[in-house]
Amino acid sequence: MSGLVAIPIIPGVNCEHDVAHAISLVGGESAFVHHMEATLPSGTQAVYIPGGFSYGDYLRAGAIARFAPIVAAIGRAAADGMPVLGVCNGFQILCEAGLLPGALARNVGLRFLCQDVHLRVETAGTPVTHRLKAGNVLRIPINHGEGCYTAPTETIDRLEAGNQVLLRYCRPDGTVDPDDRESNPNGSLRSIAGVTNEAGNVAGMMPHPERASESILGSVDGLPIVESLVKVSTTAGVA
Amino acid sequence: MSDTPTRHVTVTIRPKVGLRDPEGNAIEHALAALGWQGVTNVHVGRTVSFELPAGDDDTARSEAAEMCSRILANPVIEDFQIEVGGRGV
Repeated sequence: MSGLVAIPIIPGVNCEHDVAHAISLVGGESAFVHHMEATLPSGTQAVYIPGGFSYGDYLRAGAIARFAPIVAAIGRAAADGMPVLGVCNGFQILCEAGLLPGALARNVGLRFLCQDVHLRVETAGTPVTHRLKAGNVLRIPINHGEGCYTAPTETIDRLEAGNQVLLRYCRPDGTVDPDDRESNPNGSLRSIAGVTNEAGNVAGMMPHPERASESILGSVDGLPIVESLVKVSTTAGVA
Repeated sequence: MSDTPTRHVTVTIRPKVGLRDPEGNAIEHALAALGWQGVTNVHVGRTVSFELPAGDDDTARSEAAEMCSRILANPVIEDFQIEVGGRGV
């Protein structure tokens, strides 16, 4: 029996079909769910919030989407331990909803960035990284104007101490330098590209794993992330 | 029938003091390039203005503060100021 990955469709989100396709590539099943729904589809075992520009990024990226009924349902499911991954705008929505710590501010160079980046896996064994090992380097594209991960210093210290930093922007050889605009192009604090909540079941990342899921796309490095979420949804938990 | 007067409220939201403000920096450099040397502390934010039914300024202010903390501002990266401008028009 296969677990279902719910993909919420919030107005302005535009990666939902890419996400559904990537999930099918690893043998998973997905279902779109409308933003006005107050519950997740029956049988949902994981949630993948796609990227895009919900509500035109009005006010702040993700600020209005967080009040969608489906986001409240995701919050309740997350509190019960359901794995949730938010990518790009999905990450911004999770931060705005308070399901993840920190915020995504304007890129330091002010430019909208659409390019491949390298990422170092910091924490393996989460619902989205259990097919990976700490130290693995992945090449996955980013596509955002507000991706500069920002949080108070004490919050970031706490994330690092609690293994809540999921991914960092790095050079191709895996070295990390937050001041290097080549490897950390949006200026994220301590090069943080993805984080989890304290329990580890809610994860957010700016790069798009679904856009690195087939060789024709130039990289398959995102596939293990999608696969992790799908497999955790079929086994309902990882060791 | 109650006829609650309205208050005009202006909320100014800015990047939190101490955080990087790349937009403010870019404008600071542009001002310097145009000859306004020595202009510092340039910040860019946004203004949200609205009419609010409220019997007095304090009520309007506290309603607006709650709006800011719930949606208008993100306390992780932004500060806000509330100005209540008397009865709306």
